Amino acid sequence: MAWLPAPVERLLEVALVGELTVIGRNGRPVTHPLIPLYDGKQIYLHSSTLFSKKLEHMKRDPHVSLSLTDPVAMKGVPGRATIQGTARIIEDDPHSDWERLILDLWRRKEPVIDTFLKARVALPLFFERAVIEITPERCLLWEDGDTGRPPLRYTAPREQAA
Amino acid sequence: MPRGGSVPAHDATSDDLQRLDRFPFVVVSWVDDDGYPISVATDFRTDAAAGVVALRQPAGETLVLPTDREVNVCGSHIRPKPGEGYDERRYLQLWGSAGPADAGGEVTFRPTRAWGWDEQEVPFFEYSERSVPQSRHYLAQLSAEKGRTIRPRLAAGWLILRTTRLPFLSATFVPVLLGIAIAARHGAFDWGLALLTVIGAAFAHLGINVANDIFDTLSGADEANVNPTQFSGGSRVLIYDLLTLRQLVALDTALFGAAILIGLALVWLTGSMLLLAIGAAGVLIGLAYTAPPLKLVYRGLGEIAVALGFGPVMLLGAYVVQTGRLSWEAAVASVPVAILIALVLYVNEIPDRSGDAAVGKRTLPVRMPADAVTSLYLVAAMTAFAVIVVGAIGGLLPPFTLLALAAVPLAFRVHRGIQANYSSPYALMGFMGTNVSLHLLTGVGLLLGYAVAIVVAQVF
Repeated sequence: MAWLPAPVERLLEVALVGELTVIGRNGRPVTHPLIPLYDGKQIYLHSSTLFSKKLEHMKRDPHVSLSLTDPVAMKGVPGRATIQGTARIIEDDPHSDWERLILDLWRRKEPVIDTFLKARVALPLFFERAVIEITPERCLLWEDGDTGRPPLRYTAPREQAA
Repeated sequence: MPRGGSVPAHDATSDDLQRLDRFPFVVVSWVDDDGYPISVATDFRTDAAAGVVALRQPAGETLVLPTDREVNVCGSHIRPKPGEGYDERRYLQLWGSAGPADAGGEVTFRPTRAWGWDEQEVPFFEYSERSVPQSRHYLAQLSAEKGRTIRPRLAAGWLILRTTRLPFLSATFVPVLLGIAIAARHGAFDWGLALLTVIGAAFAHLGINVANDIFDTLSGADEANVNPTQFSGGSRVLIYDLLTLRQLVALDTALFGAAILIGLALVWLTGSMLLLAIGAAGVLIGLAYTAPPLKLVYRGLGEIAVALGFGPVMLLGAYVVQTGRLSWEAAVASVPVAILIALVLYVNEIPDRSGDAAVGKRTLPVRMPADAVTSLYLVAAMTAFAVIVVGAIGGLLPPFTLLALAAVPLAFRVHRGIQANYSSPYALMGFMGTNVSLHLLTGVGLLLGYAVAIVVAQVF
């Protein structure tokens, strides 16, 4: 069941890019701009195997944070948010799992992806992809986007956070 | 090639701080006491001379930047394109340490390492190509984890198209059809033999494509090339692990086998030992292009080999199948076709020149400066059309073949494209396509000229 506050859900729905921070080797935070997708329950990101170091990091330590910060990428929807959670990598079949799971969500935000998909022959490895499913556990919200003010804090209901 | 992207992480420099200044805000991240990353946007200003970034301390007691662990500062930019997605992607991240906030609420961040990507500096396709080793590594690890082989895939049709580089068959159809047309004008035409010739030549061409791919991959030439385009850099099916070497060798054996069988059938049907000699020369030139011991392309003979193979050999071979003899007219007609197909290779070699040089391929763009390469293109293209004009005026070619001159403007367009985009592989790609069209349209013009000449001869 969804517990994220409505303004955060709205940001997830419109954001063209968010910053996924994972824990790299030696405990170092590493940040990757990615397109966030949201189906009303879980947050999905995805990564080509070409750019898969982040996936290796998340396999070692699945704790992640996702920030929605860029007003330009948010198409004028106000606010900023940071979501902390646990990532699960879905990669049984990098060739087609992602199409079944997230292609509809992806094309809603980036319609041009269908054009690229038709040219899959030109970019075969770009379309070998893993899906990153994030279960949100904690959330910070800056309703007006000003991080100079303390954020509102939300936590997942206990049974979902477990 | 290192795994993981186009720009390896490096020690942070004042250049990185200047790059950071292009972003309107940054996202600061660290790992919190619960073991989760936490990230928050904030304002900043850089002091490149001092090598520091002043960050505005975000509000909230759990968002106090830690001084006892590594902090990441990331700038990220996109330009949304309504109804499409976005472009102008660039990002930069710095790692370092943060000090305590001062009385004004500013934290001094001292970066030590940096990493990023700007698609205006490293185009997406090059960035992807540089990341291929990471993909192979990841899929190998995944296969080990899952206990089964997980490899990239393409639908069979796309895989065949990519592996054989099927669209380049126009390089074969032009000379073969022209040879058949010249023979027809000379009164010799057999549908069955014509069809077998086209099919056999196509198999030979595809076999040569695959063989070149095998040898270019084994030599490291294709892997050294991080700017492949749809016209250059090989099929990359081995580099991408879409096929194994064994599969590719089997395919090549089948293609060459089919070409040789059809060639022998044509020799048997026509009884022409001349055809056998021409066919054998074609296969040898095709293989020797990249295969040891001759490796013609490594010796600076690649362009000549392609000109011979896809000019006189194909055209005269098709002519001999129909007539059993050679002809000066067919030889002259093969010259512009030979020059223009060599120019297709020549322009395609321009973006490949770094990779080619790295593995010792001495192509003309490797050996000559940009100005000379650009000038030689125009001289060679104009020579091709001059041969048509002189041939027509001199009576060796039918006057209607002057129709081929309609393609001349394309040569000037490609020349301008090379001048303007010599070092921009992806900008050059469109002109590579125009260059292929130049060869094809000139061939079609010559074919139309012969078709009209045949019809006129029959009517009058």
